[in-house]
Amino acid sequence: MRMAMDISLTIEEVQQGLKEKRFTAVELVDTYLEKIDRGNAKLNAFLTLSGESAYSRAKEIDKKISTLGDAIKDELPLFGVVVAHKDLFLTEGIRTTAGSKVLESYVPVYSGTVVKRLEDAGCIMIGKTNCDAWAHGASGENSDFGPTKNPWDIKYVPGGSSSGSSVSVASGMSLISTGTDTGGSIRQPANFCGVVGLKPTYGAVSRYGVIAMASSLDSIGHFTQTVKDSEEVYKVTAGGDGKDGTVRAAKCQMPKAKLSLGIPKEYFAEGIDKEVEKSVLAAADVFKKEGIDIVEVSLPYTKYAISVYYIIQPAEVSSNLGRYDGVRFGNGRDSFGAEAKRRIMLGTYVLSAGYYDAYYLKAMKVRSKIIEDFDKAFANVDAIIAPVSPTPAFKLGEKADNPLQMYLADILTVPANLAGIPGLAIPSGFSKSGLPLGFQLMGARFSENILFELGKLYQKISGWKPKIASL
Amino acid sequence: MSMRGLSKADVLHVAKLAKITLSEKEEEKFGKQLSEIVNYVGQLNEADTRGVEPTSQTTGLEDVFRTDELGKEESLTKDEAISAAKNIHNSYFVVDAVLAERSDK
Repeated sequence: MRMAMDISLTIEEVQQGLKEKRFTAVELVDTYLEKIDRGNAKLNAFLTLSGESAYSRAKEIDKKISTLGDAIKDELPLFGVVVAHKDLFLTEGIRTTAGSKVLESYVPVYSGTVVKRLEDAGCIMIGKTNCDAWAHGASGENSDFGPTKNPWDIKYVPGGSSSGSSVSVASGMSLISTGTDTGGSIRQPANFCGVVGLKPTYGAVSRYGVIAMASSLDSIGHFTQTVKDSEEVYKVTAGGDGKDGTVRAAKCQMPKAKLSLGIPKEYFAEGIDKEVEKSVLAAADVFKKEGIDIVEVSLPYTKYAISVYYIIQPAEVSSNLGRYDGVRFGNGRDSFGAEAKRRIMLGTYVLSAGYYDAYYLKAMKVRSKIIEDFDKAFANVDAIIAPVSPTPAFKLGEKADNPLQMYLADILTVPANLAGIPGLAIPSGFSKSGLPLGFQLMGARFSENILFELGKLYQKISGWKPKIASL
Repeated sequence: MSMRGLSKADVLHVAKLAKITLSEKEEEKFGKQLSEIVNYVGQLNEADTRGVEPTSQTTGLEDVFRTDELGKEESLTKDEAISAAKNIHNSYFVVDAVLAERSDK
């Protein structure tokens, strides 16, 4: 194995290396599979590997590089980019479990839009990643195939639900990975693992071929080492495919000459870890020194976000999981794990006769107030900077027996899902105990390009270098 | 909104509606956990929502239509459609009996 591959942590470096023939795509696959072989027993990030299809795709890519030369980037913008898919993404011919025993031997007959688009753009799929079953969780511990571990300290959770996807990028077992974010499931594990995680605007990326969790909240995104790479991947995945009626081809907002960032005081309420608070304020300072106005904003309905989310989300979960009857695919409903059962029952309860108005309708009304908060804020600022989670990664088992405590860990991420706005989690450093720290930027709907501009500026000015945990 | 949480009867009723089977231990555990959660979300009572319209769709879409045509790409072959099922008989999905045998026979 040539060393060059070990230090290629960005799309540009990998593609440069491939074009200069310092290594081949086949050798890249060798390297990643070797890393997975070395690290997965410890981290449990992958549930299924797709080595065979990876090698045949790599051979095609190597051929394309030889025939197209420099023009390859126009035809295959993500050529040679190794990708790991959260096991919620359907992959034709490759087992897809959703992290649940219900689908432990389910092999899809078609691939989701994002999977297909990434492949068509030159990506090489290396495998499927572990996650909280059905994407229910904030720690990765709800997987029916065992918890994923945080690569920076295996006593800690990697965050969830896109646990394996985040870990695969943070530990160099994949260059990029896909995820879903219904209440923070991309941004929170990105934050706990020290990588970049994008939750796009609701309806910016097609959900076709992704196992549904809560349909008014689900958002399809990805993990990368840098903001620049996140933007490159987003350019490929975003936009309508005619198969998801919620996808809107909205015009991206252009950044203004003078940008302003809001800091919501409600995101620094009691319970926030001092190191987290300091690191977010330090990031805001980086922007301030670049001439960006930092303005205090108020999002008073934030305090109701968890309650609204834990009514609307389980209600939609109970409906989406109704299709798993063991008849057309998968095992029967006896195979649901504890958390899925809890959410199905909670959702069924709040939707049942006599309770609908008190819970679901009320939650939808307070949801309107949360949206109004954001709309008011974005009338004055271009984006919001905030912590992703009140604390850095917590210990395995710490919240496992207390569902309500686990739910409360989502407090700073669910508002963006309820409002349908984009969020970009960016790493900023490490805590005294060696765990990743970071912040999120949230913007108005379809303002991803503003978040990317701000994120790239931050990574440039702060001198951020991509880094991976050693295996 | 009631603040008493879920009784054992509530838990069993909801489990039945959702076609979920619970062990005795689960009945007790879920009853307690779901009650805690339901009591927590009861805080929404204090939020003033008079005159507020509910939201379920955040990007302003209404009634998205497409032409009622099925392309080859959008449909599965019969073999594909049944490929993931455990129990197939003459290309049909086999399901559990819906009706019980008469007990008075």
